[in-house]
Amino acid sequence: MDRLDARVLTISPSSPFRESVTTFGALAWSGFRRYATYRQATIAGSFTNVVFGFLRCYVLLAVAAAVAGGRPGGYDATQLATYVWVGQGLLSVVALWGWTELADRIRTGDVAADLLRPVPPVTSYLAADLGRAGHGMLTRFGPPLVVGLIFFPLYVPARWYTVPLFAVSVVLAVVASFACRFLVNATAYWLHDARGPIMLWMLSAGVLAGLYFPLRLLPDWLTVTLWVATPFPGLLQTPLDVLVERDGPALQVALVALQAVHCAVLLAVCAAVQRRAERKLVVQGG
Amino acid sequence: MSMIEMRGLRKDFTVRVKAGRLRREKRIVPAVDGVDLTVDGGEMIGYIGPNGAGKSTTLKMLTGILSPSAGTVSVCGLTPVPQRTRLALQIGVVFGQRSQLWWDLPLRESFALLRHIYRVPPAEHAARLTRCRSLLDLDGFLDTPVRQLSLGQRMRGELTAALLHGPRVLFLDEPTIGLDVVSKQAVRSFLAELGARGDVTLVLTTHDLADIERLCRRLVVIDHGRVVHDGTIDALHDRYGSRRRLVVDLESPLPDGFTLPGASVTAVEADRHRVSFALDTVSAGAAVAALMASAPVRDLSLVEPDIEDVVARLYTSVSGGP
Repeated sequence: MDRLDARVLTISPSSPFRESVTTFGALAWSGFRRYATYRQATIAGSFTNVVFGFLRCYVLLAVAAAVAGGRPGGYDATQLATYVWVGQGLLSVVALWGWTELADRIRTGDVAADLLRPVPPVTSYLAADLGRAGHGMLTRFGPPLVVGLIFFPLYVPARWYTVPLFAVSVVLAVVASFACRFLVNATAYWLHDARGPIMLWMLSAGVLAGLYFPLRLLPDWLTVTLWVATPFPGLLQTPLDVLVERDGPALQVALVALQAVHCAVLLAVCAAVQRRAERKLVVQGG
Repeated sequence: MSMIEMRGLRKDFTVRVKAGRLRREKRIVPAVDGVDLTVDGGEMIGYIGPNGAGKSTTLKMLTGILSPSAGTVSVCGLTPVPQRTRLALQIGVVFGQRSQLWWDLPLRESFALLRHIYRVPPAEHAARLTRCRSLLDLDGFLDTPVRQLSLGQRMRGELTAALLHGPRVLFLDEPTIGLDVVSKQAVRSFLAELGARGDVTLVLTTHDLADIERLCRRLVVIDHGRVVHDGTIDALHDRYGSRRRLVVDLESPLPDGFTLPGASVTAVEADRHRVSFALDTVSAGAAVAALMASAPVRDLSLVEPDIEDVVARLYTSVSGGP
């Protein structure tokens, strides 16, 4: 016990909140550092984003040219081009696809190491994912945006608060995307192999988040249902709609608020699923 | 003060076995079947048993990542599963077959991150890290990403990672598995030094009995989920009749019907020129004198009982038993 006492003596005037923030920050920094190690992958990823940006942009501009009035889904040509190029940049920030780390760790039993730490797994994975997103924002967001600016006329926001609101919306999109990926990966606690759910997620997330085409092209009733009942549009379409000012100021803010609600619900579900999993958990392997 | 207490600890796994073309039958398999064990603070115990005996399952229940089916368990006065996060601050765990380090990060950054996760004051962290660096010789690879480390280097990193927050109990699950002789020695002498200070309780599971001989006075043997031996290594030798052996090289083949009073012949090799006697009741001196008097001896050696043999006999006797 004397060792514990020693710890209390050496610690500075303790502030649990500040310590929690420091721990969260350190975990986020570790996420950033882990992704910063793979520079070639960053470059290759950006290149792919740019190539697909051209494809998507020309397809949507062709659609705009063919539609009477030239405003499919209520977007004009500059808004559509911005939608595509900023969307290409955001794609790896929100990491819509390709995160199987938790599922892999559950399958191999390495998740034991996460459970043996004094930080709840949802918190530590969220922190690391925010760090990853920060790295994505610094390295992957810029290149498609720059290419878009060079080759297409892009939309410049008119309202002063659009850019800060966009920033908030992106953070919420990252959190919601993390929570969805966490839940999909967490199925491995029960299934041992989450490849099926992950595949389903990859197929549906792109369509339902508005990556392949803006969801506004769908019938109104479907768009509204998707937006309210599922978190998917909040993963990509909401930040983009906020940036290109697709809607009036009230709806623009309301969409971000809706994202916040979805985030809160999703994180609560993640925590509940994790608790549930820990109760029945069988760590694989000897 | 007892650091670890287990009372009637059980873990049953449900497995489904094929029982017909489509039918599956549920079968309950007890992995840990009523273990009672008390470990005092500062003790170093070896927890051994054949594959599938329930060692890792026990360790998982002790560290809070697996809920027991029945019985009670307490570590550092805490109940592992419900108080897992609090317990995590008090224990350190090294799994030889998995890693707690960050694959993409250098050791130095992993250690810094662990300081924040466990909220260790910087001075304490620095002092512990300095000690581990010198004892485990970490300086050569502190800046190498973990994925590029050799197994021996990684294991030294794992040990450091498990100790940086000053745990009161250290669980080691096969920490020397796959290591070369030099790395094994390094890990063992580090653990021996740790144990000598007496402020850490150490639970070691291993298949390498040299680890146990070197480090643990107390040995707990588990088989089929039950404790079959709990005591010192000497008690194990006594209980399973380990005897010293006298190995003799003779000038001429051993005559038929040769006997040595108080000893029994355990092996005859090399055209009856080499004979091993187990010294049942006779002392080594008396046996050598009796042998010299009755047979032409070229060379002889005395072999101490080997823990590997005892444990092998123990495993087979328990497994073969009812």
